Amino acid sequence: MDRIPLEKKVLSENDRIAARLRESFREHGILCVNIISSPGSGKTSLLERTLERFPKGTRVAVLTGDIQTDNDARRLARFGFPAKQITTGGTCHLDALRVERALVDWPLENLDLLIIENVGNLVCPSSYDLGEAAKIVMLSVAEGEDKPLKYPSIFAKSELLVLNKIDLLPYVSFDMTRAREYARSIHPGMEILEVSCTTGQGLDQWIQWLEKRQQAADLHG
Amino acid sequence: MHELSIASAILDAVRSEAEKRPGAHVTKVGVRIGALSGVEPEALSFGFSVLVQGTDLEPLALVIEPVPRRQRCPACDFTFEVTEDSLACPRCGSGETVLAGGEELDLAYLEVED
Repeated sequence: MDRIPLEKKVLSENDRIAARLRESFREHGILCVNIISSPGSGKTSLLERTLERFPKGTRVAVLTGDIQTDNDARRLARFGFPAKQITTGGTCHLDALRVERALVDWPLENLDLLIIENVGNLVCPSSYDLGEAAKIVMLSVAEGEDKPLKYPSIFAKSELLVLNKIDLLPYVSFDMTRAREYARSIHPGMEILEVSCTTGQGLDQWIQWLEKRQQAADLHG
Repeated sequence: MHELSIASAILDAVRSEAEKRPGAHVTKVGVRIGALSGVEPEALSFGFSVLVQGTDLEPLALVIEPVPRRQRCPACDFTFEVTEDSLACPRCGSGETVLAGGEELDLAYLEVED
């Protein structure tokens, strides 16, 4: 019996494509963010509120992942920016190859910002690098405030936590202080924004966060 | 539940290594799964056994080595394994520690018989 050391990543093929994407985004000065949450936390609503605030001619595009339907891409296309659906047909996450294929007919030199909305799921997307500069995790106050403790992987890997639906706080038992403490117990120093896609509260800070990160991407491009 | 895709990626790697060693039979594959990898070892084992069943790779054992989360304290440059809920530095008490490991999803080794 021989033992042969392998020492490589199980997802080395995905990581190789993700590295290629990351290099391409860097060359073009594009900020790519990967938004991850449970189904129904408000990822698509956040993108709608984001796109409607961008002036015409903003160099932004959106990729949106779902298991079935192109409903989200249709919701997002009406703002006049490129929006494409990636339908995974049963797979619970996006991978780098799907992103690369979706980008094949989009000229990257026309972009400054690429927003990827992952499949609604807090577990599987955390294992797949898509070449993004930052993962963003979203949690709505209609969910449990202990989600960071239940799904530590995605909270540890995400740069920013967006707490959505804060307009519902008077009607739900969500404990905001605890949610923030739990998130920072998993990820010390995690940035946290509180928003409502219904009332618009906190969206200015969200746009500023994107702009700040975009400028940093531009400097490196 | 993406463990089936992960199991499938492990089997792809096993096959490509096996091709390099004609005549040898792979009996075991060892993987390291970090606490933050997002992969559930039990579901991975189950997915793996389903994929191996009825193929020429049978019987092939999957050995999972769990890897704990690790944090590094920039204040005193100390890296430690996280064993409890707290991420505070056990040496200087600082709460501002950064992630230093536990995301592993690695192929460690193969065992083959000629």
